[in-house]
Amino acid sequence: MHIPDGYLSPATCAALYAGSAPFWYTALRRLKRAMNTRMVPLLSVFAAFSFIIMMFNLPLPGGTTGHAVGVGIAAIVLGPWASILAISIALVIQAIFFGDGGITAIGANCFNMAIVGSLTAYVIYRAISGRSPIESPRRVVAAALAGYLAINLSALFAAIEFGIQPLLYHDASGAPLYAPYPLHIAIPAMMIGHLTVAGLAEMVVSAGVVAYLQRAEPSLLRNTAPGTVAGELGALPAVSGWSTTRPLWIALAILMVLTPLGILAAGSAWGEWSPDDFTNQASRSQMAAASDSHLPPAQAPAGLQRLASFWTAPMPRYAPPFLKSEIFGYMLSAVSGTGLIILVFLLAGWISNRRPG
Amino acid sequence: MRRGFIERTLSSLLATSQYAATAEQMALAGGVLQRVDPRVKVAGIFGLVFAVAASRELRVIGSVFILAVMLALFSRIRMGRLATWVWTPVLFFTGTIALPAVFLTPGRPIAALGPLLVTLQGLRSAAFLLSRAETAATLSALLVLTTPWPWVLKALRTFRCPMVLVAILGMTYRYIFVILQTAFEMLESRKSRTVGVFAPAERRRLAASAVGVLLSKSLQLSGDVHLAMQSRGFRGEVHVMQDFRAELSDWYWLAGFLGVAAAAIWYGK
Repeated sequence: MHIPDGYLSPATCAALYAGSAPFWYTALRRLKRAMNTRMVPLLSVFAAFSFIIMMFNLPLPGGTTGHAVGVGIAAIVLGPWASILAISIALVIQAIFFGDGGITAIGANCFNMAIVGSLTAYVIYRAISGRSPIESPRRVVAAALAGYLAINLSALFAAIEFGIQPLLYHDASGAPLYAPYPLHIAIPAMMIGHLTVAGLAEMVVSAGVVAYLQRAEPSLLRNTAPGTVAGELGALPAVSGWSTTRPLWIALAILMVLTPLGILAAGSAWGEWSPDDFTNQASRSQMAAASDSHLPPAQAPAGLQRLASFWTAPMPRYAPPFLKSEIFGYMLSAVSGTGLIILVFLLAGWISNRRPG
Repeated sequence: MRRGFIERTLSSLLATSQYAATAEQMALAGGVLQRVDPRVKVAGIFGLVFAVAASRELRVIGSVFILAVMLALFSRIRMGRLATWVWTPVLFFTGTIALPAVFLTPGRPIAALGPLLVTLQGLRSAAFLLSRAETAATLSALLVLTTPWPWVLKALRTFRCPMVLVAILGMTYRYIFVILQTAFEMLESRKSRTVGVFAPAERRRLAASAVGVLLSKSLQLSGDVHLAMQSRGFRGEVHVMQDFRAELSDWYWLAGFLGVAAAAIWYGK
């Protein structure tokens, strides 16, 4: 999953560096405040540990072997912020010194594996393990799923980054300039390998290490287990608090304000056509231009025709009917969508905290 | 005989430490790039990597690749080493990904291989991917094979990289080899005590225990390092000695690197 140089356009790389920056900044601030002088040696040694783990050849069910990233176990033992930094540092050294992953793609690799991976692993582990005792088998299952889903979500992000390249960047002859496969090829190609091999490797290492730590060093599991005494590492920062997550909220607000930028793009998004687009001459030309000069059928496919009216969105095409300005429509849609997602997570967090162990 | 996971992991760990040892030796050899100020090399090589990523002309990418090979030759980097460490792995990895694009990318057919049609666009797309990956990897290798890692890190300070991150990167690199040695010894001692073949479930348990023990040892090490740092007066502030001195020739090199990168971006538009 280490993306080399040349697979992503400079613009995509820059966007992913920018996307990672607030997470790095927040993680660094939180850790500095929580750990003071312990931060430097802990992160250094744990990043070195993550680096070595990536070289372990793990035996998997079915007789094959695979490599893990170690993001599951890092998030479970250190918490999400320290895990983000430790895995990012390991990835930077891999890219610059060992040539594993590209220099221009460091932002993308850190975003996919360190940020998406750590946050997914932490949220899944906490949601499933709940307030169960440290030695509970539920924690092993939680770790297995956390590792498996974290690595697969990271792979999905990488596949989407690959898949949008041919849509956005090609030369005058239509040849893709970067990763050549569109989403319908990139996603299955990437996910098959991760759902079957890499995900299993992460699952084996996360579940196996948690099971081992339950027997040998349970104190290392206490830092991410609510309701237990803090472990040997002391109280590591969790994901909460306005002051330390402020950069993330600011970045989110900037992204919401920037959502109308999509209006500047010429043509329609490939594959997001409505039945009316098939009969509209201007839309047909745009569809042909986006499909390598292949003309769309004269009528919308019957299935699309039938299912298009199945659900009508409250804000169709990101434009609430009562707003005349397209730009404000986009912003309002971004605010409403983000608000709904935050609401769902707040509700899930509230339910999870109420649930007795 | 098929190698087990212990043997494979041991050989990965050994290959990594051999690569690092050889890279450090080569970085001190008296070649052309070894004499250039590390700050200039970091800025110049990163600039060239960016230019390769931004270029939309195969000829431009090819020219930068030739330049990188020439720089390697003048820096006493053996072509055999570059082929083993950089070109063959990139060719194998990216080639496997690029090959189907030759047939799957829609466009003008130019040849047929049985039922499969080779398209011009597919061929160009595969060439872009492979040439960019090879050139960028060669340039990255040039930086590491001609500059000791602590100097690369020091150079990063010039580009406003936070001091604490530079310190962590430096310490991580050092502890990679400490933990690598620990992992190597653990697995080797396990191998020397192993008779017969483990069942698959037992192998997985063994691997997970090895990772768990390594985790526990690493965290213990971080505690020891912290105490050692505190005993030497560490109070959370990091200071790095900055003793690079750029000479006139280094400014010429910087102008050369940036000139080539700008030309590559301009002609590769």
